[in-house]
Amino acid sequence: MFKFVLRRILWSIPVLLLVIFLTFLLMKAIPGGPFTGEKSVPAEILANMNAKYGLDKPWYEQYFRYVWHALQGDLGVSMTQKGRTVLDIIGTQFPVSIHLGGMAFGLAVLIGVPAGIVAALKHNTWIDYGAIFYATIGWAIPVFIVGPVLILVFALKLKWFPTSRWEGPEYWVLPTVTLGTALSAYFARLTRGSMLETLQQDFVRTAQAKGLPYRTVVLRHVLRNSLIPVVTQAGPLLGFVITGSFLTEFIFSIPGLGRSYIFSVSNRDYSVVMGLAVLLSSVIILANLVVDIIYGILDPRIRYE
Amino acid sequence: MTPLLEVRDLKTQFFTREGVVHAVDGISYSLDIGRTLGVVGESGCGKSVHALSIMRLIPNPPGRIVAGQILFEGRDLVSLPEKEMRKIRGNDISMIFQDPMTSLNPVLRIGTQLTEGMRLHLGMGKKEAEARAVELLEAVGLPEPRSRLRDYPHQFSGGMRQRVMIATALACEPKLLIADEPTTALDVTIQAQIIDLLQRLQERFGMSILLITHDLGVVAGLSEDITVMYAGKIVEQAPTAELFANPQHPYTEALLASIPRLDEAGRKRLANIPGLPPDLVEPPPACRFHPRCRYVTEECWTTEPSLEPYDGGPEHLVACWHVRDSREDA
Repeated sequence: MFKFVLRRILWSIPVLLLVIFLTFLLMKAIPGGPFTGEKSVPAEILANMNAKYGLDKPWYEQYFRYVWHALQGDLGVSMTQKGRTVLDIIGTQFPVSIHLGGMAFGLAVLIGVPAGIVAALKHNTWIDYGAIFYATIGWAIPVFIVGPVLILVFALKLKWFPTSRWEGPEYWVLPTVTLGTALSAYFARLTRGSMLETLQQDFVRTAQAKGLPYRTVVLRHVLRNSLIPVVTQAGPLLGFVITGSFLTEFIFSIPGLGRSYIFSVSNRDYSVVMGLAVLLSSVIILANLVVDIIYGILDPRIRYE
Repeated sequence: MTPLLEVRDLKTQFFTREGVVHAVDGISYSLDIGRTLGVVGESGCGKSVHALSIMRLIPNPPGRIVAGQILFEGRDLVSLPEKEMRKIRGNDISMIFQDPMTSLNPVLRIGTQLTEGMRLHLGMGKKEAEARAVELLEAVGLPEPRSRLRDYPHQFSGGMRQRVMIATALACEPKLLIADEPTTALDVTIQAQIIDLLQRLQERFGMSILLITHDLGVVAGLSEDITVMYAGKIVEQAPTAELFANPQHPYTEALLASIPRLDEAGRKRLANIPGLPPDLVEPPPACRFHPRCRYVTEECWTTEPSLEPYDGGPEHLVACWHVRDSREDA
């Protein structure tokens, strides 16, 4: 087990290097740079700026310099936000994204998983159809519709919640619901499908043939088997959702990583984009590792070697 | 003496989009204490559905027992409330299934799966149930049973898993063991071991066995009587030796003729039964075997033959207008 974790962590190093490399190339492929704006800047100043951030060097040198500094824990300074380091930006914005993403994820699990379980147990009844309807609609309606509609109804009409920003519990509700709806729909569909599949399994019939009450059959024999695929999907999803949700944060003006990502890409703030990419991939890698460990606990057939 | 199990005119149907499937269509038989009855027939003849009907485990919807009685020690299981039925399942009647690979829960330890029935029905504590589980695993010939209680199904071979399944089924010393194709998924050498094991366990525990199989070799080795099913109906029933020596129904005859024989290998083509198993949504009228039967005459598709004693004896029953002894080629 320890060896497995260690090996996985070692393997994540080349993966991260590859992520940095690809992000680097993609950013370079976009025309323009951090200092090209509406106002044209005199050539000498531009050259000075480029020199200051090392942008005058050949691309491979820039890349190796970045990796070298990153290995030492230095992700550089922002090229457009004066005086702020990338770590500083992550430090203030990541907690907000974790908070929002974590709440939305919790909401999604609390609603989606039980909804899926109940729907499967009441297969082909109106409860099941209701759950399918919710799962389809919830997944199909994009965040940029759910968000504004919620704002329109609950903030502007009913005035229950503020329209935007992130300053206290009353500010948390609408963004959490916006981000959580699609996720909960996804979990409901996933759990329902997995439950239905497990209920068809031979060992469920064996359990019933033992005379066990249906509740025991479901709790002891069905649930654990059907949650295995849900857990596998949940890990990476959690990773994505806590590293910033572009649309939700944008709609509600929440100072999280997602918004930062959008701004840094459009401003060609190379160092921030790179830093966020590294962070995002690290979190996903970590989430996958945690999933694999939980997977092994849930399913005894999985062995770490 | 009342028989342990008496099935009377049992009908189980599945209500599907394609129509009503007459899976089991009015079968009757009885099984005495300590005896073994083999139910044979090709896939889809309703033999497994009838077994699940006895356990009242027909998935509903779409399936339902629509008529008939299943008398177990004189009580009708068909009308029993679910709660009462649960006390019988796994306790008085238990069942082993075809595929031991999928019939055990992959994420639970063998010990848990083996003891849960005992703890439920016999009110045993964990220790007590585990001690008995060890005895049972010993009885089914599993090496080092104590250490294996903590193992998971995937750590066992197919034959060993079927032994675990059998041990689980015997945990509460059932009066009736329903074995639904218990050897079909196993290697031939393992099949023989499992048959042998079932025989020894029957001597030791004294339960009756309802053996459901398509393999005539398996029934020959284990059961005293054989019931042949075709398209949801019983077509012939007789003591094993009698049925093998003197089959009367053309279907039984054809089944027996389609067993490959080593002493004739290479010299004769393997006999088969022409045609396909019938559609159970719209089964052929009257005798259901008539479209595939060589001896078919007009009455075969106008009037249904009833299951009647052949030759006056009460033991050998057959449902056919042209039993072998009345035919010219006999």
